[in-house]
Amino acid sequence: MYGFEAMTFNIHGGYLEAIVRGHRSGLLTAADYNNLCQCETLDDIKMHLSATEYGPYLQNEPSPLHTTTIVEKCTLKLVDEYKHMLCQATEPMSTFLEYITYGHMIDNVVLIVTGTLHERDVQELLEKCHPLGMFDSIATLAVAQNMRELYRLVLVDTPLAPYFSECITSEDLDDMNIEIMRNTLYKAYLEDFYRFCQKLGGATAEIMSDLLAFEADRRAVNITINSIGTELTREDRRKLYSSFGLLYPYGHEELAICEDIDQVRGVMEKYPPYQPIFSKLSYGESQMLDKAFYEEEVKRLCLSFEQQFHYGVFFAYMRLREQEIRNLMWISECVAQNQKSRVHDSVVFIF
Amino acid sequence: MAEGVRHSTMDLFRSEPMQLARVIIPVESAHRVISYLGELGLFQFKDLNTEKSPFQRTYANQIKRCEEMARKLRFFKDQMQKAGFISSTKPTHASEIILDELEVKLGEQESELIEMNANSEKLQRAHNELLEYKLVLKKAGEVFNSAQRSATTQQREHEHRRVERSLDSPLLLEQEITDLSKQVKLGYVSGLIQRDKSMAFERILFRATRGNVFLKQYSIEEPVIDPVSEHKVEKNVFIVFHSGERAKNKVLKICDAFGANRYPFTDDIGKQIQMVKEVTGKLSELKTTIDVGRHHWKSVVQSISHQYEQWNNLVKKEKSIYYTLNMLSFDVTKKCLVAEGWCPVFATNQIQKALMKATIDSNSQVGAIFEILNSKESPPTYFRTNKFTNSFQEIVNAYGVAKYQEANPGVFTVVTFPFLFAVMFGDWGHGICLFLATLYLILREKSYSSQKLGDIMEMAFGGRYVIIMMSIFSIYTGFIYNEFFSVPYDLFGQSAYDCRDPSCRDATTMGLIKVRETYPFGVDPVWHGTRSELPFLNSVKMKMSILIGVAQMNLGIILSYFNAKFFRNDIDTWYQFIPQMIFLNSLFGYLSVLIIVKWCTGSQADLYHVMIYMFLSPLEDLEDNQLIFGQKYLQIMLLILALVAVPWMLIPKPFLLKKQHEERHRGRAYQPLHSHDDSGERESNNGGHEEFEFSEVLVHQLIHTIEFVLGSVSNTASYLRLWALSLAHSELSSVFYEKVLVLSWGYNSVTIFIIGIIVFIFATVGVLLIMETLSAFLHALRLHWVEFQNKFYQGDGYKFSPFSFALISDIEE
Repeated sequence: MYGFEAMTFNIHGGYLEAIVRGHRSGLLTAADYNNLCQCETLDDIKMHLSATEYGPYLQNEPSPLHTTTIVEKCTLKLVDEYKHMLCQATEPMSTFLEYITYGHMIDNVVLIVTGTLHERDVQELLEKCHPLGMFDSIATLAVAQNMRELYRLVLVDTPLAPYFSECITSEDLDDMNIEIMRNTLYKAYLEDFYRFCQKLGGATAEIMSDLLAFEADRRAVNITINSIGTELTREDRRKLYSSFGLLYPYGHEELAICEDIDQVRGVMEKYPPYQPIFSKLSYGESQMLDKAFYEEEVKRLCLSFEQQFHYGVFFAYMRLREQEIRNLMWISECVAQNQKSRVHDSVVFIF
Repeated sequence: MAEGVRHSTMDLFRSEPMQLARVIIPVESAHRVISYLGELGLFQFKDLNTEKSPFQRTYANQIKRCEEMARKLRFFKDQMQKAGFISSTKPTHASEIILDELEVKLGEQESELIEMNANSEKLQRAHNELLEYKLVLKKAGEVFNSAQRSATTQQREHEHRRVERSLDSPLLLEQEITDLSKQVKLGYVSGLIQRDKSMAFERILFRATRGNVFLKQYSIEEPVIDPVSEHKVEKNVFIVFHSGERAKNKVLKICDAFGANRYPFTDDIGKQIQMVKEVTGKLSELKTTIDVGRHHWKSVVQSISHQYEQWNNLVKKEKSIYYTLNMLSFDVTKKCLVAEGWCPVFATNQIQKALMKATIDSNSQVGAIFEILNSKESPPTYFRTNKFTNSFQEIVNAYGVAKYQEANPGVFTVVTFPFLFAVMFGDWGHGICLFLATLYLILREKSYSSQKLGDIMEMAFGGRYVIIMMSIFSIYTGFIYNEFFSVPYDLFGQSAYDCRDPSCRDATTMGLIKVRETYPFGVDPVWHGTRSELPFLNSVKMKMSILIGVAQMNLGIILSYFNAKFFRNDIDTWYQFIPQMIFLNSLFGYLSVLIIVKWCTGSQADLYHVMIYMFLSPLEDLEDNQLIFGQKYLQIMLLILALVAVPWMLIPKPFLLKKQHEERHRGRAYQPLHSHDDSGERESNNGGHEEFEFSEVLVHQLIHTIEFVLGSVSNTASYLRLWALSLAHSELSSVFYEKVLVLSWGYNSVTIFIIGIIVFIFATVGVLLIMETLSAFLHALRLHWVEFQNKFYQGDGYKFSPFSFALISDIEE
C-alpha cells in the first residue's frame, strides 16, 4: 500500500526511526573531518573525538593509542547501537535489521576460511572479524576442508544456508574458489534482500531497491575489474552478477566480455546515473574508482533520510556509520604513519 | 527609578548590572589569576579563540595531561568500587600536591595496580583451571567407575549365560566377547563446556564425524568461573569417545572452536586418586597466594581511596583552568594573555583584589590590568538568589531567562505561585501532610544535598522550599474552605445557622435560620452535606477565581509599565500600557467590582445577564439586575472606552516607531553599519541602526493587539481552572472519605475497617497528595507562564554562567 505507511508505520517503527535519526545527527560533519585532518597525533584525534558521540567509548583508553583501538571502539559503538535497535524491533523490521548484517557474515566466513587455509591462528582471525557478522559456531569453520563440509558442518545453522545452494562442491578450498564463493554468496544475499524489500512494499521497497541496485551494480563492476586477467571464464563471470539492478540484463552481457578497464568504462557510460562517476576518472585509472563509488553511495544513502516511514534509513545509517569508521581509520593511519598529505585521498565526507 | 541608582531591596526585581571587562594578564601569573578568579566565581569568560579547534589551542597539551589523569582516576574509582570502598567525602587536609607531582604519583600507583591485577589474574586463572580440572576428575571418574562396574556385571552375566546355555549359544557371540578384550582402544577427550553451547557442540560433533563419536555430558549444579572470561557460567562436563587420529583432530578443533576447556584424564583409578590429591594440594596453595595478593591489593586501594576525592577535585580544577586559559588570546608580544568577559559591577573590587593577590603570590613583575569596555552586546542576566528564592527563580527561568534588567516575575512568584497552588489544593489536612513531608526534607537538607538522590526524589528535594510554601498556603486556604480530609470543623466558633425547631424536621425543605453572628473565618461548617453545598461553593470559588485572575493580570500589565519606565520607553507607556489597562479593567475589572458589590450588598442580581447584555443591548434598562446607581451609563461609558482602547493599542505605535527610526536615521546617515542592536525601542541606544520594515512592525503590532484583546477574555476564563481544580480536589477527597472510610466503619467489623483505613491512606497519598499536587502544580505553573508573564515578560536573555570551582565540583560524570 504505497502512500499509506504514514497511517500505521509509527505503531511499531516510530520509536526506532526516531532513534536512528537521532543517531544520524551524531555523524561527524565536514567541519569535524577538517579538524580531524589537522591532527598531529592520535591523541589529538582522541581529544577531538571525545567531544563527539564517540567520547564515552574512547575516554578510558590509556594514552599511547593505536589505530586499531580507535577503530575497534568506534565499531563497538555501532554494534551497541545496532543491538539496541534490534532488541526494540518487531517483525518485519527485525528481519530487515538482520539482513543488514549478512554481508558481514559472508565476509567473516571468507576471512576465517582463507585464514585457516593459510594456517593462521583461529583466535587471531576471530579478532579480525567484524562484530556485526558474528554467529555462534563461527570458529568451527576452521574444521571444514571443502565447501560441502563447510555447509554441512556450520553454515546450515546460519541464515546464510539458503545462499549456499549454488556453490556446494566437493572441491578442496583454494583462494580462487573461496573468492568465487564469496561472490556467489553475495549475489544470492543481495537478491534475497532485494526480494525481501520488494515484499515489504511501500517506500521501503522503493528506496531499498534503489540502494541495493546500486550495490549490485557496484559489485558487478568490481567483479569485472578484479577478474580481468584471471582464469575466470566469461560464463563464470556472468554467473556472479546479481540478477537485478540498472545493468541487468544487457549491461551484464557487455560487462562479461570486457577485457580491460576502458571497456568497462565504455559500458558504464551508457548508463546516465553512472556517467558522473566515470567522468571524474581519467582513462585507464581504477584506483580512484572505489572512492568515486563510495561518494556516490554516501550521497544516495543521505538522500534516503529525506523520506519518512520506511526502513531504508536503518540500512543507510549503518552504511554511513561504516563509511565514517573507514574514514576515521584512514585518517588515523595517515596521522600515525606521518602521511598527512594523503589524508584527503580516501576520506568521504558525509555531510 | 533611574539606571544605576538601586535600592538594595530591589535585588531580585532587576538583574545585576553587568559590565564587559578586559583583563590583561602576564603569562607567568596567568594560571594563578584564573585559579583565583575561579575561586571567586564571578567572571564569565568569553571564548576569544572560536576559530581554533581544541587541539590547536595553546594549552591543549595540559588538557590532554589532565584527561589522562582523569582516566587514571576513573581506573582507581573502578578498583575502589571492586574493593567495596567508598571514597571518603571529607577532604583530608594533607599536604597540598601540585599537578606535576600528582601526575607522577598517579602513574606509579596505576602501574602498580595494573601489575598486581595482572598477577592476581594469572593466579586466579590457574586457580579456576584447577577447579575445573577437579570437577572433571570427579565427574569423569564417577562415569568411568560406574561404566566399569556395569561392564563387569555384564561380562559376568554373559559368562553366566554362556555356562548355562553353552550349547545353544551362537558361535558369533563368543567371538564378540573375545573381541572385547582385544578391541581397538577408543580415544577420549574430556573437559568442560558452557551449558548453552552444549547442544550446538553435540550437533557439530555428530556432523563432523558422521556420528562416529560417543558423547557423554554431566551438568554441574553450581556455576563455575570460566578461567578465560572470569564470569560465572553454567557448565557441563563432557567426555567424547572417538576412534582414530583424524577424528581426534576434528574433535580437538571443535573443542577449541567452542571454547571448551580440555583436561587430561586417565582411566586408571589409582592414577586418578593421585591426581585428585595433587590438584587439591595445588589448589590450597594457590588459594593462600591469591589471598595474600588480594590483601595487599586492598591495602593499596584503600590508601588511594583516602586521597581520591582530593586528587579528583584537583584534576578537575586544573582541567577547567587550562580550559579557560585556552579561551584567552595572546597579545602581540606573546608575553600577555588577554581575557574578556562579563562580571557584575559589584564584583569589580573583589576581582581587582584577586588579581593583586595573584600578582603578589606569583612574584610577577607586572600586575594584571583590569579595564572596563563598552559594548553594545546585551549582557547576561544574573540574579543573586539564595537557596530559598533560587527554586522560585528556576520556575521562571524554565520559561525563559529574563532579558537583561527587565522586571523579574520571580519576585512575585515567591508568593503568588504557592497561593494559586493552594487555591486548587485547599485542605488543611493534606496541607499538613505535605508540610511534614517537606519539613523532613528541609531538616535533613545537609545530608541529602551531599548524596545522590533518585530522579523523582531529586526533583522533590530541589523544590523543597517551593513545596513547603505551597503546603503552608494550602493549610491557610484549607481553613478558608473549612476542609480537613474533606471534613469541616468548627474551629473558629459555632455555626451561624441553626434549625427552626429542636427536631430539625424541615431543615431540608424550609432551610435554617441565622441565630448567631456570621462564622468568623472561612466557610460555615453547616454547609457541609447540604443539598445547596455545591451551588454555594461553586459560586464562591468561581467568583474568587475571577477576582484573583483579574488582580494577577493587572499586576502583569503594571509590571509592563515598570519595564517601559525603566527602559525609558514612552511609546510603550502611552500606547500599550494605558490602553491595555483600560481595556482589561473596563470589562473584567468592572466584573470584579460587580462581584464585590454583590457580595457586600447581598444583592440577587444575575451577573451573567449583566455582562452579556452589556454587549448585546447596552441601552436597555437593567431592572432587577441594577447594583449601583447609574450603572447603565457607567456601562455604556466603559464599553466605549474598551472599544476606543483597541485602535489606540493598534495604530499609533507602529507609526511612532517609524518616525523615531527616520529621525535617528537622518541624524546619522553616514554612521557605519553595526552588527545588531538588541531592541529597537530603546532610545538610549547610541549608534547602530537596524533594518526597519514598517509592514513587519505593523503586522507584529496587529498580532499583539489581537492577542491581547482575545487573551483578556480567554485568560480570565483560564483562571476558572482554579475553581475547577479545587472542586475536583474536594470532591475526590470527600469520595475517599465517605465511600471508603465511613463505609467500612459501617460494617462494624475490625478487619474491614482496617482494610478501609489502608485503602484510604493509599488513595489519599497516591491520588490526593501526589497526583493532585502534581496537577495543581502544573496548573499554577501554566497560570504564571501564560496568563501572568505574557503581559510583560520578554524572557529572551541568557544566564550568567561564571567560571567557578564551586560549580565544577558539583558536576559528576
